[in-house]
Amino acid sequence: MKKVLFTIILAWSIPFFTVAQSNNPANDDPVLDERVRVLAQQLRCLVCQNETLADSQAMLANDLKLQIREQMKAGKSDQEILAYLTARYGDFVLYRPPVKRTTYLLWFGPFILLGAGLFFLFRYIKTRREQIQEEPLSAHDHQRVRELLQSESGKEPA
Amino acid sequence: MKYLIPLVLFIGLVAFLAIGLNRDPHEVPSPLINKAAPPFQLAQLHEPDKKFSAEEMRGKVWLLNVWASWCVSCREEHPVLVQLSRNGAVPIYGLNWKDQREDAIAWLTELGNPYVLSVSDLEGRVAIDYGVYGAPETYLIDKNGVIRFKQIGPIDRDTLDKKILPLVKELNR
Repeated sequence: MKKVLFTIILAWSIPFFTVAQSNNPANDDPVLDERVRVLAQQLRCLVCQNETLADSQAMLANDLKLQIREQMKAGKSDQEILAYLTARYGDFVLYRPPVKRTTYLLWFGPFILLGAGLFFLFRYIKTRREQIQEEPLSAHDHQRVRELLQSESGKEPA
Repeated sequence: MKYLIPLVLFIGLVAFLAIGLNRDPHEVPSPLINKAAPPFQLAQLHEPDKKFSAEEMRGKVWLLNVWASWCVSCREEHPVLVQLSRNGAVPIYGLNWKDQREDAIAWLTELGNPYVLSVSDLEGRVAIDYGVYGAPETYLIDKNGVIRFKQIGPIDRDTLDKKILPLVKELNR
């Protein structure tokens, strides 16, 4: 019984150990930490592609964060570091792709679709409006309306 | 006739989705293709006192294969590399990525060593320079030290016969 309990407690404590392990090494420079974090949030982790570099704990992500930190310490600007990373990993590493010839469709495609949608919508409305022709009421119609209204004010027609 | 436009749109959509499904999102095109291979100088795996630098390979067509003993897909790729090293079409150099030296040597002893030599990239810095994001990755580098081809993931017989070997032949001309 004791053995079983001990095992359960051990198993239960596993998550705590892993959390402790995955934390980044403590650093004494909170300003630099923040700068690394902000930049790493704009970068994609290439191992787990839908995660930012800041969120990822993949080995490569940690290596890259270390690189970023070192380059910042060496006085490089954010722009220089982004250029360094895109030279190696391509634009894919950026969460916000740059506007250039190959990404025009990506950036402006949705607006083109929206414009096309609006164009067809208005065209449709216009043709429909043209299809519906208002017929003026004839003298006979006026006569019927009058009769109906009169019978309404008196009694319901049977 | 009335249904022609929706049909065309539908077929177009299906075509796009089919292409999308058959692509591997993990294959990120490398910006280093047709660029100079980043220089490096690292300690050799088997003889850590000796260094090896990419510069020494000037004038040769060679493969740089990123591997590690912890990498499962490398095991899958390994027989292909061993076979390639036997026929000697192109020299293979290994970049042992973030590995323990003893583990790496044990791995090669167990499975065979297809590499002319391997270098140890303990901190993964050279790997970052090469834009490595997973092992195995393989670079084909020409006589002028320019990367001509990158294989992401294990090399299989098909890629070797259809892409790598023809390119090696062409580059050696």
